[in-house]
Amino acid sequence: MKAVHSIAAGAAAALFSGALCAQSTLDAVKSKGYVQCGVNTGLAGFSQPDSRGAWKGLDVDTCRAVAAAVFGDHAKVRYTPLTAQQRFTALQSGEVDILSRNTTWTITRDTSLGLNFAAVTYYDGQGFMVPKKLNVKSAKQLNGATICVQPGTTTELNLADYFRANRMSFKPVVIEKLEEVTNAYFAGRCDVFTTDVSGLVSTRGSRAANPADHLILPEVISKEPLGPVVRHGDDRWFDVVKWAVFAMLEAEELGLSSKNIDQNASSTNPAVQRFVGATGDIGKMLALDNRWAYNIVKQVGNYGESFEANLTPLGFDRGINNLWTKGGLMYAPPVR
Amino acid sequence: MRARAAAVQLALLAAVAFVLWYLASNTAANLEARKIASGFAFLGREAGFEIGEAPFLAYGAADSYARAIVVGLINTFRVAVIGIALATLLGMVLGLARLSRNWLLAKFAAGYIEVVRNVPLLVQLFFLYAVITENLPGPREALSPLAGVYFSNRGIAFPLPAPHAAHAWVLAALLAGAVLAWGLARWARARQARTGQPFPVLGAGAALVLGLPLAVFLAAGAPLALARPEMQGFNFAGGAILTPEFATLLFGLTLYTAAFIAEIVRAGVQAVDRGQSEAAYSLGLPRSRTTRLVILPQALRVIVPPLTSQYLNLTKNSSLAVAIGYPDLVSIANTTMNQTGQAIEGIAIIMAVYLTISLSISALMNWYNARIALKGARR
Repeated sequence: MKAVHSIAAGAAAALFSGALCAQSTLDAVKSKGYVQCGVNTGLAGFSQPDSRGAWKGLDVDTCRAVAAAVFGDHAKVRYTPLTAQQRFTALQSGEVDILSRNTTWTITRDTSLGLNFAAVTYYDGQGFMVPKKLNVKSAKQLNGATICVQPGTTTELNLADYFRANRMSFKPVVIEKLEEVTNAYFAGRCDVFTTDVSGLVSTRGSRAANPADHLILPEVISKEPLGPVVRHGDDRWFDVVKWAVFAMLEAEELGLSSKNIDQNASSTNPAVQRFVGATGDIGKMLALDNRWAYNIVKQVGNYGESFEANLTPLGFDRGINNLWTKGGLMYAPPVR
Repeated sequence: MRARAAAVQLALLAAVAFVLWYLASNTAANLEARKIASGFAFLGREAGFEIGEAPFLAYGAADSYARAIVVGLINTFRVAVIGIALATLLGMVLGLARLSRNWLLAKFAAGYIEVVRNVPLLVQLFFLYAVITENLPGPREALSPLAGVYFSNRGIAFPLPAPHAAHAWVLAALLAGAVLAWGLARWARARQARTGQPFPVLGAGAALVLGLPLAVFLAAGAPLALARPEMQGFNFAGGAILTPEFATLLFGLTLYTAAFIAEIVRAGVQAVDRGQSEAAYSLGLPRSRTTRLVILPQALRVIVPPLTSQYLNLTKNSSLAVAIGYPDLVSIANTTMNQTGQAIEGIAIIMAVYLTISLSISALMNWYNARIALKGARR
């Protein structure tokens, strides 16, 4: 129902709003004093409120990094929890400034939905989780299975593609809210739960009664690059979000972390000098404070710190999400 | 005076037209500015997602969005039509039970109505869904109270008769029985008008409707091979299955709406003055005929209009299917909107479809209401 409300609200906003895009998002954000960030309703490691109600996770850190860059204060973020179905309408209608909600970058979304993907914060792929007692060892054995999946996701489409390509059939059980769909899987309504492998690891680690009872099958059936999304046609805001993510990667590559950036700020390395804003005027190019990158690293940390704080405890491996210098895919363009 | 009234009307009309024009042009401009695709061309494109239940119309991921939406519409209709029939039946029974002189029955009905009417439907749906999926065992350990019937958290699997040539004849006999019963009723009414002799139409009619097909069925050698559900791989194959999602939505809507219908029925019966039945008794009419010929026609006049709104409510409430994963129209239109990003078109389709369904139900019920209105009464 909430999805319908939000989509209806989005449709209504499109009907009524006048000059919504006359002002750039960056100016709007600066004048209202906070970043409105669309996040998941609760995916451990990516965006989930902790026991005191503070949002934590890799996707949340992207929002905090943007706030640190814009305001010099990582806490100036307001969160809007969104389901998979609500998320794009919420962004299109201006309800949120950034969508940082484990969202896969695809050409359809990049073009016909009127969105721009700023960067990739996590390289993912779709997988399957089954209870061990089913004795299934491969996704090829899933012919005829009942599969729990969330609607409005690339997952739902990849699933249908995979079974078509392998001439197998399945029964989908399509439930919108992550909590409900995982409940259905753990109650045994479905044989299989499918989503991005990161989501499977996170769900198994945080919701299963006994994580050891569930097996993630070896097949990864798709590419799922996840990252923050902004509205199409607002390039300054697009640049800010993009470089906030790159700053976290660049910091890790330069060996700068929230712990050591103060000591290293006086380093003679010209790359570090530029990065912390001691020389050059990179911040001004982005229409931000020159210490924007320093603030991100000091207050939020570098990418590796965020990964270790949020994902490592759930059993995630850096894998392809390591820096390019360490055999991974994480690569920020030069900050100069 | 009339000129002024006309001018006001005209001005109002112009204002409404202006607002509509403004909304349309503003929407188009906003969509264009944000580079969001618009138009209904997406309906012809391949949907690419599967649907859990697609009765009556074969559907696969390679079919178009339009076909997916039609499947959703069929699912909405399926739950609404069966739900309306069951809710009416249960509501009638509950409403009459609440009026019963049996203390226990009346209090039970009153308690049921008060509890069910005052708990939000969405909560009831989550509760029912949890009851089915959390409490029933997995398909490999399914409960089997009857041979061939299995209760599991995949739903209720039950046998269906395998199709046989004689079944068409049985169906034909059923139709013939119905036609004959209708003719018999006409004849009996004419005869009673002529001679005053009543005829047991109900019993004879039932004998025709049920007896004829049964006779044909037995004459053909009772060909009833059942296709039994059997565990194959992950799920039951063969027979038919009532999925937990469909069962939850159907029972949820039925139980909820029946509570409201029960109150409408009670109100309708109580609205008929006591003097009416007393007058009928004093004329010597037996109790059953008093109910059928005197009370019911007057009660229905009160019952039917609010009943129509309950039918509309049930149909619209079926969109709560989204929450428990039953693929109804809203669920599929939502998915379509999300995959294509065309929310305005999707919402427009949903609104147009529900409006059409609701207006159709209203028209049908208004026709029925006009038919049962007291003849000769001033309208």
